[in-house]
Amino acid sequence: MNASGTDLLLWVAFPYICLAVFAVGHVWRYRQDQFGWTSRTSQLLEHRWLRWGSPLFHLGAFMVIAGHVVGLAVPASWTEAAGISEHMYHTTAVWAGSVAGVAMVTGLGMLCARRLLSRRIRLGTDRSDKVLFPLLSATVLLGISATAAHNVFGGGYDYRETVSVWFRGVFTLQPQPEAISGAPLLFQLHALSACLLFAFWPFSRLVHVWSAPIGYLVRPYVVYRHRAAARATVVRGASAREARTRRAA
Amino acid sequence: MRVMAQIAMVMNLDKCIGCHTCSVTCKQTWTNRTGVEYAWFNNVETKPGVGYPRRYEDQEQWKGGWTLDRKGRLVLRSGGRLKRLLSLFSNPDLPSIEDYYEPVTYDYDNLVSAPAGPDMPVARPRSVLTGQPTSITWGANWEDGLGGASEHAGGDPNLTGEWARKVKFEFEQTFMFHLPRLCEHCLNPACVSACPSGAMYKREEDGIVLVDQDRCRGWRMCVTACPYKKVYVNHATGKAEKCTFCFPRIEAGQPTVCSETCVGRLRYLGLLLYDADKVGEAAATPNEQDLLDAQRGVFLDPFDPGVIAAARESGIPEDWLDAARRSPVYALVSKYKVALPLHPEYRTLPMVWYVPPLSPVLDAVTSAGGNQDDPDHVFAAVTRLRIPLEYLAELFTAGDTDVVGGVLMKLTALRSFMRERTLGEAGDESALKAVGLTAREAEDLHRLLAVAKYSDRYVVPAAHKEDAAALTAMENRCPVESSGEPAERKVMLGIPTLRRRDPEAPAGGHA
Repeated sequence: MNASGTDLLLWVAFPYICLAVFAVGHVWRYRQDQFGWTSRTSQLLEHRWLRWGSPLFHLGAFMVIAGHVVGLAVPASWTEAAGISEHMYHTTAVWAGSVAGVAMVTGLGMLCARRLLSRRIRLGTDRSDKVLFPLLSATVLLGISATAAHNVFGGGYDYRETVSVWFRGVFTLQPQPEAISGAPLLFQLHALSACLLFAFWPFSRLVHVWSAPIGYLVRPYVVYRHRAAARATVVRGASAREARTRRAA
Repeated sequence: MRVMAQIAMVMNLDKCIGCHTCSVTCKQTWTNRTGVEYAWFNNVETKPGVGYPRRYEDQEQWKGGWTLDRKGRLVLRSGGRLKRLLSLFSNPDLPSIEDYYEPVTYDYDNLVSAPAGPDMPVARPRSVLTGQPTSITWGANWEDGLGGASEHAGGDPNLTGEWARKVKFEFEQTFMFHLPRLCEHCLNPACVSACPSGAMYKREEDGIVLVDQDRCRGWRMCVTACPYKKVYVNHATGKAEKCTFCFPRIEAGQPTVCSETCVGRLRYLGLLLYDADKVGEAAATPNEQDLLDAQRGVFLDPFDPGVIAAARESGIPEDWLDAARRSPVYALVSKYKVALPLHPEYRTLPMVWYVPPLSPVLDAVTSAGGNQDDPDHVFAAVTRLRIPLEYLAELFTAGDTDVVGGVLMKLTALRSFMRERTLGEAGDESALKAVGLTAREAEDLHRLLAVAKYSDRYVVPAAHKEDAAALTAMENRCPVESSGEPAERKVMLGIPTLRRRDPEAPAGGHA
């Protein structure tokens, strides 16, 4: 290892601090602020922009996240072993990534626009939103411009040999700052803003991601609760799991 | 048989004068906060009229309540579970604030701070949402007392079919009545069933439907699923809020705020025992017009020894069983069968029922040159003057005019019999017999409907000492909160003192 002090700070210390804030922040928020743990819907006040912006953004985001998981977590040697050539992988990634990226950027653009243009929504925007929206937009724009500049219009840049190696190193507790320190500036900025986004995540409305109601698919329709249990959950959300659910219909 | 108890309400619509005291006191208690300025847990609307929110009864548009699929199974009209999750990002069937109304405040400050001038300063309306001057173009009861009805009332979703065209045509001889509405605390609540987070629940002890503010994640599916549109989004907190049936008062043996303050004394509160195992079956009754009987079939007779034994087994306390036997709601709903549910065809099995108003029919009798004191004239009117009757049937019996007509005849016979009694005559029992009442029952029903003492109207047994820990928990948190910093968030309500029955006094109500 012959990384400079700046590299150590940017690519080891900073990511770990952000991840620590991410983890501790979530525990703190979940324990302290069940009442504030919500998607904070504003559809009541404005629904025309939301009608298209929100599904575009969310579905695009799902694809983008899936793409990142494949691109960052799966080493190139694995896809190679599965018989997928670098060229094939690259072509698919650029095409699928472009579709997802454009959907997400368009959606986010519409969501930002309604927040700025609709006075009702603007007045209802709280402090955490004022940080979240610029931070999320910056991360998304940096990411898509890095891809556009280097992989769509540029000569091609194999981030799987550099950025991905650094990313996996962070999680395997064998940080390799030198892997990313030579990457193009746009990729570096994207990685840094993403770290910031993760640090801010628990303090923003993004926590609603963890409440995706998948359990609803298998739950009985009508929920019954005892008064005592109900009160107990109102006192402190922790005992919510004790609440009994039973089938009525 | 799984016996459960529910606090239910009946409203006697003939007595409603549309004063909105219930709405205002409810609002002062529960929704005078940022984010729910537009929400009325209790509202009073003029019928015929489009209602609040606009045309909420049009389920083709709003997709509220339940329906039967091709195989006859009960499904939410807004779609299945997967479809609901897929519309989390944008709910296509959510009313917008314009469908309710834009809440306003006034420039009161201008009244005292305006510089001296030749004109009287005025307080102009300002939108609460944008803070900018606005003009008021809609409200929660815009057509109050049929104001502007010629323009709007035709939009009432209950006015469909041939007879409805006549209503619109003959607006000079129109009829109207007031319809106070609150959450129905249904036996088969669509809002609870649609909540992806499982934050909404029905309490086993008293059937009150509540939103757990700590578990609500703001997916807003409940608003769509409720066919009565009685769940609201708090746009400041992003969470759902609804009528709580004033459960802190109910637990203390006191009537809800809307009932307590009702000027016309038209509300009744009492227990109904029901068989929870039969709810699903009743809600899936194939023919909509059979839903009323199906729901009555779910209710249990609190005098039946078998029911009493099963209720004890389910852990329902003795004083609650006693209260169930003295329940005015049981008397009006199941014994005398004069109360009807609002829109049974939504299949939610609502638990706020209504005694349909005679006044539209009586007005029609008078305008047709008849004598509204003569039961024969009224009987004839009930069967011949189709317009009001068909309208009432659309509201209360899924269009079955025979049932509404039968209730109105019962009320007419009761009036005529009791008038004669009051005037010192023996009273003609033939009209009574025709509607299936004995003289003794008529006096009983008269006491309940006309005399309507406080202790007869409200039979609310207090929650039990065993649950005292639960009640004290109330002091820590309140089910509704305002947005803002955690420290400022606590909104303390006046917690009513527990009205414990002393051994002599009967449970619930004033002695």
